[in-house]
Amino acid sequence: MAVQVLIPTPLQKFTANEACVALEAGDVNALIEGLEGRFPGLKARLCDDTGKLRRFLNIYVNSEDIRFLDNQTTALRDGDEVSIVPAVAGG
Amino acid sequence: MTATIASSVLDTGATFTGLRCRECGQGYPPGAKHVCEDVCFGPLEVSYDYDEIRRRVSRRQIEAGPASIWRYRDFLPVVGDPVDVGTGFTPLLKADRLARYLGLEALYIKNDGVNMPTLSFKDRVVSVALTRARELGFSTVSCASTGNLANSTAAIAAHAGLKCCVFIPSDLEAGKVLGTLVYKPTLMAVRGNYDQVNRLCSEVANTHGWGFVNINLRPYYAEGSKTLGYEVIEQLGWQLPDHIVAPLASGSLFTKIRKGFNEFIKTGLVEERPVRFSGAQAEGCSPIAQAFEAGRDFISPVKPDTIAKSIAIGNPADGPYALDIARETGGTITAVNDQEIVEGIQLLAEHEGVFTETAGGTTIAVLRKLVMAGRIEPSERTVAYITGNGLKTTEAVTGVVGEPHLIDAQLASFDTAWEQVQMLQHASLNGGAG
Repeated sequence: MAVQVLIPTPLQKFTANEACVALEAGDVNALIEGLEGRFPGLKARLCDDTGKLRRFLNIYVNSEDIRFLDNQTTALRDGDEVSIVPAVAGG
Repeated sequence: MTATIASSVLDTGATFTGLRCRECGQGYPPGAKHVCEDVCFGPLEVSYDYDEIRRRVSRRQIEAGPASIWRYRDFLPVVGDPVDVGTGFTPLLKADRLARYLGLEALYIKNDGVNMPTLSFKDRVVSVALTRARELGFSTVSCASTGNLANSTAAIAAHAGLKCCVFIPSDLEAGKVLGTLVYKPTLMAVRGNYDQVNRLCSEVANTHGWGFVNINLRPYYAEGSKTLGYEVIEQLGWQLPDHIVAPLASGSLFTKIRKGFNEFIKTGLVEERPVRFSGAQAEGCSPIAQAFEAGRDFISPVKPDTIAKSIAIGNPADGPYALDIARETGGTITAVNDQEIVEGIQLLAEHEGVFTETAGGTTIAVLRKLVMAGRIEPSERTVAYITGNGLKTTEAVTGVVGEPHLIDAQLASFDTAWEQVQMLQHASLNGGAG
């Protein structure tokens, strides 16, 4: 078992068009590093130069926004589903 | 590549040249794309050839156009014939009675509660989005909605002959659900709040190849709100107001009203002057107001709990830009509670004969709060944007506005009831004075 990561379309060019990727990671930061290890260049899309998640990107763990959890140190467990979703407008 | 596509767009008579990232400036061709996927995930915005627009437009040419948003089509990102359902050019009402009550000298109500075809400002953005959807070859359109956008997308898709599937939170007001179903779209009521619906839609947009008006068509969609800026200028006799108050949900409307003002300045249609921008939120969902108060430049999302469902977006995508605008212009962003929102609805109805929904109640309640706090000067020419119609959210005022007097069809019955009414009014007047 591992963490399932849903990759949005704009990032699938890094993942050989895979929409869902399985990874072992203890928290969100480790997940980002893990993604970078497998798909070089991906981290620079997700984070700014200081390693902070870009402000127009949302990450959800099992449908919960990580800003309601522990942000980038949010712990991950086997079987968790992580979604990466660019911010969208509404109404 | 971008330059080739840009010139081909201009060849067709359009004035827009492509998409550009608001954060890093990266350019993209004008397709169905909403984020800066090559660099930073910032939002994409439509860019224009303003020299070309300046050559084409004049006050007289605009005044001779249709009584809809399409009188401003040189400023909108479309190529061919628009989907024109009569959207826009709604009344700008001089609200003298409400102004006197609040202690303002010149107050105007921009009443999009009577916008066509579905009685909210969303008809503006959807008209633009579906015109562009057709141009980009989509046959199915969709959206995530707090209600008004669902109504509008379903209605205008029906008119344009596009297939439609819309997503709403499952707890919306009955009027908004019915006012979507009647146009026969596929309606998905999602167990969850708007932000959860929106996340689901982002994932559906990844896989289904639909035109989501607020996702992959967002750069075009959002431009429709600029017309709320243009119309106010034109209706004020080609002048800018001093202060505007508008509701904040995602923050997009607020930023686009300003873009509309700036474009009219840039193309010589109106003389520049400072305009203060103030934003209204409901306390039960006020992430932008909280950031404003705390002096933060980032938004911490919240979980909505308010009767103002149409503006209950806990994770507002354009929140950071709305904060910048309020700060730059000397405006403010503040929140009011649900009771004040209902009072706002009543104030506008009783003083001006305009029945607005909860978002409009929020705007009027914030307007009152800002005047009382001295944040709006009495002499400022102020425009309050009313974005939706009260008949869609009757739940909000049920039980608050009283009951009819039930009488028989006989003069004696009326006389008795009338006497009681007079006595009650007399008593409440005396009570009020005491």
